[in-house]
Amino acid sequence: MSVDQATVRRIAHLARIRVTEDEVPHLQGELNAILDFVAQLDEVSVEGVEPMTSVTPMQMKKRVDVVNDGFMADKVTANAPAADDHFFTVPKVVE
Amino acid sequence: MNATLDPKKLISGATGDWEVVIGMEIHAQVTSHSKLFSGASTAFGGDQNAHVSLVDAAMPGMLPVINEECVKQAVRTGLGLNAAINLRSVFDRKNYFYPDLPQGYQISQYKYPIVGEGIVLVDLPDGSQITVGIERLHLEQDAGKSLHDQHPTMSYVDLNRSGVALMEIVSKPDLRSSEEARAYVTKLRTILRYLGTCDGNMDEGSLRADVNVSVRRPGDALGTRCEIKNVNSIRFIGQAIETEARRQIAIIEDGGTIDQETRLFDPSKGETRSMRSKEEAHDYRYFPDPDLLPLEFDQAFVDALKAELPELPDAKKARFMKDYGLPPYDAGVLVAERVQADYFEAVAKGRDGKMAANWVINELFGRLNKEGKDIEKSPVSAEQLGAIVDLIGEGTISGKMAKDLFEIVFVEGGDPRQIVTERGMIQVTDTGAIEAAVDAVMAQNPDKVEQARTKPGMLGWFVGQVMKQTGGKANPQAVSDILKAKIGLE
Repeated sequence: MSVDQATVRRIAHLARIRVTEDEVPHLQGELNAILDFVAQLDEVSVEGVEPMTSVTPMQMKKRVDVVNDGFMADKVTANAPAADDHFFTVPKVVE
Repeated sequence: MNATLDPKKLISGATGDWEVVIGMEIHAQVTSHSKLFSGASTAFGGDQNAHVSLVDAAMPGMLPVINEECVKQAVRTGLGLNAAINLRSVFDRKNYFYPDLPQGYQISQYKYPIVGEGIVLVDLPDGSQITVGIERLHLEQDAGKSLHDQHPTMSYVDLNRSGVALMEIVSKPDLRSSEEARAYVTKLRTILRYLGTCDGNMDEGSLRADVNVSVRRPGDALGTRCEIKNVNSIRFIGQAIETEARRQIAIIEDGGTIDQETRLFDPSKGETRSMRSKEEAHDYRYFPDPDLLPLEFDQAFVDALKAELPELPDAKKARFMKDYGLPPYDAGVLVAERVQADYFEAVAKGRDGKMAANWVINELFGRLNKEGKDIEKSPVSAEQLGAIVDLIGEGTISGKMAKDLFEIVFVEGGDPRQIVTERGMIQVTDTGAIEAAVDAVMAQNPDKVEQARTKPGMLGWFVGQVMKQTGGKANPQAVSDILKAKIGLE
């Protein structure tokens, strides 16, 4: 598997990362190097092997259904680039 | 699944008939106290960003921990939809950027949902029934809410809903008309409310529908579909489908083709319009969420939930028909809401089921409707209505008097038996008194008596006159019998 330059531009756009035209060939090379590295795993046969989801057998941790968090609008909005009266504010988005 | 073609459901275009094919994705808010992956409240309303934890705000380093009750609610719902429950399911990240989605991804389930294929039986207004296939049900997070009217150039974002658990219930493309689609959503809502897994409150956004609509010539392969997003009332679902089907038919009949796209229904303009540009078409780059292990439970967990399920609408309807001798329509009306069904059963217990059903449906529901009241706020309790039904059954009051009595109880309240005694609303069954009234009416109207001998239809007029004379207290059956004898009919 390898990526072309159009794919690099598309991935950058989907991730909202600004990439200039002259950066594209370099990033294409880096991404393909990563893919080639991971492709070494193709040499291993995993026929009939369950995907491993944790190193030790574990059950998913669960919570009981109680309200024990929240009510901290000050904290939640404290680091926002822009906020007003406990709302986050962003440049207008209208569909 | 509904392979048979009903010509009544086809839409006729300029060049012939068209069949509309509809599939739905219903987003139902899970009834729970706290969110799917955090301990913040799910309560509706609340000050902006009050019901937000650091997990919901996607602060760096915060980890999601699943709410076990939400898992149970999804399993209960799956059981209520006669669906396969998957003992192992996986949470994935659905990646996209939007200001009301602080994580930059929604935690959802993609390849391995918690619930698989199921079935919903849907009754249509004409009495027929269709089977709608369920494709899957999965758990996912709701997003926050953007307000666009607070500021001239800024949108305001409130994350109170962010992270609230949703069940996305996906139907197969089994629906063939807007009427079927409305009936399906209505039935699904009823099932969810019975189960207590979603309150079904469409005004508060607890139930929203994405509607997939395509059209084809009868017998052809499926056409290209458009998805109408976030329709939030059952009436609008019907309107959106009609509008969209006609739009597609017009395009194809003019020689055009349908673009697969997401559209928005605008009820005020009665049109659907394109919502997102194609360039940003669904490329969500799903992958398993590395913060969450697969969700696993055993069959015993499912069986325990199954054992506690309440009686569901289909079973209740069948029981009402069997135990109380109700016609399917009446049984269907009563079971549409659990509180209605419970009310009916309280009235019907130890009494005539059909009479109880008539009083609940025709008198009580009619009157409540007129007042715009829900049955929870009914001024007449099941006990009071039961007493009225008893008084009719005993022959103490006539049906006409019962209606007056019902009105008194509805407006003023009180014990029906006491009201009857206090206000002298006792039906006259004393033959002598009725005979006297009959004689008086006949004496005043000799010409009509003559007419009645050849036209027995006149009898009703006489019964009315006698009832008037007795202040509505005479037993109408007795009046009718005595009149027939005296006039010489039969």
